[in-house]
Amino acid sequence: MQNVALSTKDLNVFYGEKQAVKNISLDFASREVTALIGPSGCGKSTFLRSLNRMNDLISGAKITGDIWIGDQNINDQKTDVVLLRQKIGMVWQRPNPFHKSIYENIAFGPRYHGIRDKKKLDQIVEDSLTKAALWDETKDRLNRSALSLSGGQQQRLCIARSIAVSPSIILMDEPASALDPISSAKVEELIADLKREYSIIIVTHNMQQAARVSQKTAFFLMGEVVEYDDTSKIFTNPSEKRTDDYISGRFG
Amino acid sequence: MIQSGEKPKVKKHIIEEWTGKIVTSLCIVLLVVTIFSMVYFVATKGLSSFFKDGINLGEVLGGSKWKPEGEPPMFGALPFIIGSFSTSILAALIAAPLGICAALLMVEILPKFGRKYLQPAIELLAGIPSVVYGFVGLSVIVPLYRDLFPGQGLGIAAGASVLSIMILPTITSIATDALAALPAGLKEGSYALGATRWQTLYRTVLPTTMPSLLTGVVLGMARAFGEALAVQMVIGNAPHIPNSLFESTSTLTSVITLSMGNTVMGSMQNNVLWTLALILMMMTFVFVFIVRWLERRAQR
Amino acid sequence: MSAKTADKIATAVIITLAGFIVLVMLGLLGFILVRGLGHISWDFLTSAPETIKEGGGIGPQLFNSLFLLVLTLIITVPLGLGAGIYMSEYAKPGKVTDFIRLIVEVLSSFPSIVVGLFGLLVFVNVFGFGFSLFSGALALTVFNLPLMVRITEQGLASVPQAQKEASLALGLSKWKTIKSIMLPIATPIILTGTILAAGRVFGEAAALLFTAGMSSPRLDFSDWNPLSPMSPLNPFRPAETLAVHIWKINSEGLAPDAPEIAAGASAVLILMVLVFNLLARFIGRLIHKKFTATK
Repeated sequence: MQNVALSTKDLNVFYGEKQAVKNISLDFASREVTALIGPSGCGKSTFLRSLNRMNDLISGAKITGDIWIGDQNINDQKTDVVLLRQKIGMVWQRPNPFHKSIYENIAFGPRYHGIRDKKKLDQIVEDSLTKAALWDETKDRLNRSALSLSGGQQQRLCIARSIAVSPSIILMDEPASALDPISSAKVEELIADLKREYSIIIVTHNMQQAARVSQKTAFFLMGEVVEYDDTSKIFTNPSEKRTDDYISGRFG
Repeated sequence: MIQSGEKPKVKKHIIEEWTGKIVTSLCIVLLVVTIFSMVYFVATKGLSSFFKDGINLGEVLGGSKWKPEGEPPMFGALPFIIGSFSTSILAALIAAPLGICAALLMVEILPKFGRKYLQPAIELLAGIPSVVYGFVGLSVIVPLYRDLFPGQGLGIAAGASVLSIMILPTITSIATDALAALPAGLKEGSYALGATRWQTLYRTVLPTTMPSLLTGVVLGMARAFGEALAVQMVIGNAPHIPNSLFESTSTLTSVITLSMGNTVMGSMQNNVLWTLALILMMMTFVFVFIVRWLERRAQR
Repeated sequence: MSAKTADKIATAVIITLAGFIVLVMLGLLGFILVRGLGHISWDFLTSAPETIKEGGGIGPQLFNSLFLLVLTLIITVPLGLGAGIYMSEYAKPGKVTDFIRLIVEVLSSFPSIVVGLFGLLVFVNVFGFGFSLFSGALALTVFNLPLMVRITEQGLASVPQAQKEASLALGLSKWKTIKSIMLPIATPIILTGTILAAGRVFGEAAALLFTAGMSSPRLDFSDWNPLSPMSPLNPFRPAETLAVHIWKINSEGLAPDAPEIAAGASAVLILMVLVFNLLARFIGRLIHKKFTATK
């Protein structure tokens, strides 16, 4: 495999007694889209949320194993999660813009990370919105509330917000599933564009979407990875029968 | 993360995290220290009448004669203890059916009317300051009782009437929450068996919510027990055990209110007043304990 | 008696009792307003009380109540916010947290007269603040703090988890997230709760008898130097509030028009509480609108 952006080794996640993720070791290629597919409750979202230590917020969650970015194990208690999360962006299923203006939604992160110059901030806002294919729609109303945007626009704003702090990896948790088909298609296009600069890991329920946007696909089942391979191979000629059953719709 | 070899420097956000943690912890520590010092100060002051002045605990709790200026002085606080318990229990007995009926009306019978008229009325009752209750009690209830019953109108009945209105909002709001939280299936099951609304309420709804309803009643009683000024204004303040509900008497809070300012700190009488305050405080613990116990029952 | 009849009787009884509550409330309000409103005039609201003559006002008391409320809020709000944030965001579930919750519950159940006595012992005597506005404000802080903590916790609990996660995922510190993302969203609830708590503080008297005192010095309303003893702004002077005044004239008032003054003062107190209630609703709605506006 070419450059590895992030890799996990023997990753386990427990919620109290229940083990949600079992011994997962995966390498994620940089500047590619990796899709995580599988039936609900298979642990793919839990796995994704451990990659930026979001599971720390859930009381009773315990994560064991290693998550490597370069030579840094981010699942180490000593890791500075604040710095880590700046490098790993995240986008959720439901758009969750801040209750602030469109401009502030984007500028909030960079300003916190030390960029005070108004011109630079303006530039970041424009660049991020442009990359998220939202600039044309919003450039005349940057000071309006982000909540005035449509659902699809809000989701692209959230993507713009996360790229504004220049991460190298973006985690997406079913980013298009709460959107209408047209907005959903736009977000997919955007993901295909973004992979030129970012490594993207995306959880999705939608098999066609996985096939369209991703280069690699991992199939999750009951907390384990059944198969991980090139997307084209997974969708045309999977080596595992269970993968084939799921993809052809025999369960899930 | 700090790389090995690189000089460790404290980053802005780490300082920020610690500031937040320390500032908020200090606030909570202050709160905890306040509570402990409160218990400590009132307890040491309240116990000094026993240890320093050598007064017998039995005399305070069981004696019915309160003559602090007598020769020898007598510190029987039984009349006040009886006064406090009888007013607060009577107030709870009056307010409990009213409050629970109000809650039933708001949740089960006429939700629209309830939310529009009853709820604001009760919220307003909750906001009225206790001295205003005392004033109204003194100008309306006391003269009314004087006309209707033998005696001056002041006394346990007047105190309990005023307190019952004051604690009504507490009982009602907790009962309303408990009734509203009831799963719909429970009632539907009863209706499906052909039970009338009253049968459903009486046999299914009330027994299920009983621990929560009692929680409200106990909280109301606790509030009545600790209320000082409204009671003091209508109770009459005579330091003896009354023969009827319409005869002047005193409560723990009323005697503290009246005498604390007129006695010298450290004097024997003053110390006994602190003992009464300590009894009030201990009763608070008892009430909190009962409420916790009821809440555990309610969760089951 | 058939089940149907019992049902009808029970329903009638419940409606009657509920109606009775509304009547009591209306009667109470009507009584105070009818008796009191007539006595309220500009002169009554601004002039000083008389001890044995007719025609005294409640000016200093009204001022004291408002000033004491401001002082109390200045102390209570930051402390309550801090403690509430700690309980909601930093406290780890466990024995210690449960214990803190228990004692905060105990504190909120203490009778206000006991809080006042504690104030007398500690603020007035041990710390030596004497019978003063400052002692009163500290006692009211003790009295009000548990409520403020609960309000802050409720406010923060109302913030969607997604907002918190979004901020943390951008690499913002927890403290910054609380300050810049969570508190603004929690503000309507916290503000509404604070105003309602302010109404409670405004009417409180028992905790003040032995802390802020039962008398006011002759105030010089032209002297606004907070350090001079006659200045209304001096926080270390004794101050009788409106609620304490009502209690005092009812129990030992010598002025011939004491009942009218008590009625007038009660009406003012009730009106203030009403204003606080309406204000809380109004501001709550306004901010809610502002935050969710699709302008």
